[in-house]
Amino acid sequence: MTGFGHVARQLARDRSALLGLVLVLIVVLAAILAPLLSTHPEAVWDMSPANRLKPPSREWLLGTDRMGADIYSRVIYGARITLIIAFVAVGAALLIGVPIGLWAGWNEFWIGEALMRVSDVFLAVPQIVLAIAIAQTLGPSIENVILALSITYWPWFARLVYAEVRALKHETFIEAAIALGVPKRRIVVQHVLPNVMSPIIVRTSIGMGFTILTAASLGFLGLGAPPPAPEWGRMISESREFLPEAWWYALAPGLAIFAVVMGFNLLGDGLRDVLDPRLRRAHDR
Amino acid sequence: MTVDPLLEVSGLSIGFRTERGTAQVLDAVNLTVGRGRIMGLVGESGCGKTTLARAVLGILSPNARIEGGAIRFDGDDLIGMERERLRREVNGRRIAFVPQDPYSAFNPLFRVGDQIMELMKWNSPRRAKRERALGALLTPYPRQRYRADKAAALAMLSEVQIPDPERAFNKLPEQFSGGQRQRLMIAMALLTKPDLVIADEPTTALDVTIQAQILKLLKSLAKDRGVSVLLTTHDLGTAYEVCDEITVMYAGQEVESAPIAEFFANPRHPYTARLLESLPNPARDIHEIGGEIPNLVFPPNGCRFHPRCPSASAACSSARPPASGTHQVVRCFHPQPSRVRMAT
Amino acid sequence: MRILALIGKRLIWFVPTAAGLIAVVFFISRVIPSDPAALLAGETASREAIEALRSKLGLDRPLLVQLFDYYRHLLNGDLGTSLFTTRPVSEDLLARLPATIELTLAAMLIAIIVGIPLGVVSATRRNSLLDHGVRVATVAGLAMASFWLALILQLVFAMDLGWLPLQGRITGFPPPAVTGFMTLDALIAGRFDRFGSAIAHLLLPAVTLAVPALATVVRFTRAGVLDTLEKPFVTYQDAIGIPRALIVWKYVLRNALTSTITQIGLLFGILLAGAVVIETVFQWPGIGTYAFEAILQSDYAAVMGFTVYAGGIFMIANLLVDIAHASIDPRGSHA
Repeated sequence: MTGFGHVARQLARDRSALLGLVLVLIVVLAAILAPLLSTHPEAVWDMSPANRLKPPSREWLLGTDRMGADIYSRVIYGARITLIIAFVAVGAALLIGVPIGLWAGWNEFWIGEALMRVSDVFLAVPQIVLAIAIAQTLGPSIENVILALSITYWPWFARLVYAEVRALKHETFIEAAIALGVPKRRIVVQHVLPNVMSPIIVRTSIGMGFTILTAASLGFLGLGAPPPAPEWGRMISESREFLPEAWWYALAPGLAIFAVVMGFNLLGDGLRDVLDPRLRRAHDR
Repeated sequence: MTVDPLLEVSGLSIGFRTERGTAQVLDAVNLTVGRGRIMGLVGESGCGKTTLARAVLGILSPNARIEGGAIRFDGDDLIGMERERLRREVNGRRIAFVPQDPYSAFNPLFRVGDQIMELMKWNSPRRAKRERALGALLTPYPRQRYRADKAAALAMLSEVQIPDPERAFNKLPEQFSGGQRQRLMIAMALLTKPDLVIADEPTTALDVTIQAQILKLLKSLAKDRGVSVLLTTHDLGTAYEVCDEITVMYAGQEVESAPIAEFFANPRHPYTARLLESLPNPARDIHEIGGEIPNLVFPPNGCRFHPRCPSASAACSSARPPASGTHQVVRCFHPQPSRVRMAT
Repeated sequence: MRILALIGKRLIWFVPTAAGLIAVVFFISRVIPSDPAALLAGETASREAIEALRSKLGLDRPLLVQLFDYYRHLLNGDLGTSLFTTRPVSEDLLARLPATIELTLAAMLIAIIVGIPLGVVSATRRNSLLDHGVRVATVAGLAMASFWLALILQLVFAMDLGWLPLQGRITGFPPPAVTGFMTLDALIAGRFDRFGSAIAHLLLPAVTLAVPALATVVRFTRAGVLDTLEKPFVTYQDAIGIPRALIVWKYVLRNALTSTITQIGLLFGILLAGAVVIETVFQWPGIGTYAFEAILQSDYAAVMGFTVYAGGIFMIANLLVDIAHASIDPRGSHA
């Protein structure tokens, strides 16, 4: 496995991957430094009906929404919600999916296939529908969104790892290790896992993008964090009835989503080019 | 050496741009192939023989730069010729190609017969020069010509000993053995009645037992038709079997060129002498040539063999030796003495 | 022969997978805290009335019994009755299907007809301005929230410019239903004004759906072509004088399309299962809106019916992808 420094250096040569990294960092920083960066931190949660639906100006950089809150500040704070949902959901999916994939892939008997069929079940219905059903069942809240997303995303990791492990098992060096009597657990942890890391990392980055979009869709449908939480999807949904006059209302949160997803996608592509030449789609300079 | 050569490469220099610098793969190389003659281009891996072959065919990779020299084929300047014309008139038609790996040269998803007919569609001798392509995808294949071409193709398949040519036409490349695929390649090369066939290590990818067969086939077909062949190989044995003349290359430079009998009886360049000596001989221990092939990004000056050459002198590193001799041409300041008293 | 074997193998796995899927969704939906019996009975209904209704609907039996009952009905082609429309779910789905199919076909048509050539050209002119532009555009296309894109398109084209209608399938009376595809029906009836209206309404939602699909098709085609261009047969065909255009569009493309076809199949599956969000935004009366409303209303039968439908669609889509692969790549099918 290539050292971290080597990876970082190769990544640095890819301009679009760097752009992706920058975008992601901007959003992460915005989330962390929200109180410092927003112009109206108090107004995020309060209502000032007198100021409702004002267009962008000096005072309200991106205009105000239907409650009179500053959209710019809400978008900044919304980054927190989005990132928390994304990181936790994908992280959970990882923690569930990878071990399952490893176990199913490693063990020969039918249970591996069966588990993959189970995950097929989750993949058969589009993620959004399943997520809607779960979120609807449990009620709109951030925790439930995270739950819904991780439940619907873990199969991707499981299948990925399963396929990789199955392929690896036939590699000569693994067969050699088995023949030498190396205990199963050690083989898996020391030899298999490092080789599976690359596709996992790539899938994680791209998964962040998809998860954020799905979370935003849930918010748009009213199934995400309840008001007055500044969730981006919900903000876009709210803006609908005020179009076309309050165009800024719909634009800002959408652009934020666009920026962060673009960032993760670019980063993911760059990582794929660097980390896994097998997966790689013709390295472009 | 040859009167009225078919192919004449003079002073060809080619560099490849790589991350580590420009590799001087060919250094002012001269090569001549006579009409109806079979020329063997021999050398170790990396000596530039494949690059030379590809240069003639016009299929060098994009990072290759022709830095000097000329390639003249039957009166035409191949380097200066614009690509369109090269592909249309020369490739496949006047100069045919037998590649090293017959499996990967076929498109795995299309039937062999379809691929052969595609070749014929664009290169068949019956194709009138005036036939303009509307757009490659829309150009039709006139019925009559198709039938005549197909008959010729089936006949050729028999000649290269492919069993049941009609059925073979409908098969996929994967359904043939390596030897059979190479026969197909040879058939395809000769079908278009070319003047020159360039065979790039045609037997390297095949089993040893089949190599001789294929080579014999190539030789007899070529001789029958009076077609010239430029055959590259790293194996002296192959050259001996098939070729009329042989040119030896080392590290991008051609060092000796001679008719086959003279070459084996009396090699004049120190490198070729040692090459022949290093062939396994049960009568004595294995001889090897000390040292390694040079780095082509920073090649030795003058004669590139000089660092490993026992006969080297100061002159050898300052300038490349000019060609001397007419029948047997050698580029060396200190060639082995000629054992044959001939008019050189 | 090979294809039949494929279908057979798929069918065998379909049964347990489908059964499992249904069971999972079944249990999830039964966990919904809201009580459809109460909702149906109305706010003023007494407790006894609600209980009676629940009993009548069979909702008071043990869950497992309900599940197996469902399986039984399923085998008879009965997807149950919608609690809210009081029509059989299968009827409801069938009524909504053409709208979703029409939208899916429109979007995929755009994605394929524009996407594959764009991917090929992008690959053959690698690192050119066009190629860079295409690559940026595809990443951007996949980064946009589709509902946001829908809104922006509505904003610009329907509200500001007024060129295209905002929602729905058609303005005014629809043409007499023959196929269920309003565009086709309008043509069949010879009513070009209806046709125009149907197309105009189809445009925005189809484009919105097409953007991510297009981006995906372009990316995979481009990657496939780039990979294939490095194969030796390309050099060989060049060396034997086959025109470059032919090499690329006939020979390389065939080899390059494997992964693209998989993606196209997946996309079809996803879209046919109902693009919930887009259909909602454009008020497109398809399966997506049906599923969404069913979930919101705790309409068990409808949710289950939709699940069976979606699972079936995916199975068929996967199967068709495999068949397409087998036809494109005849290798390994001969002795």
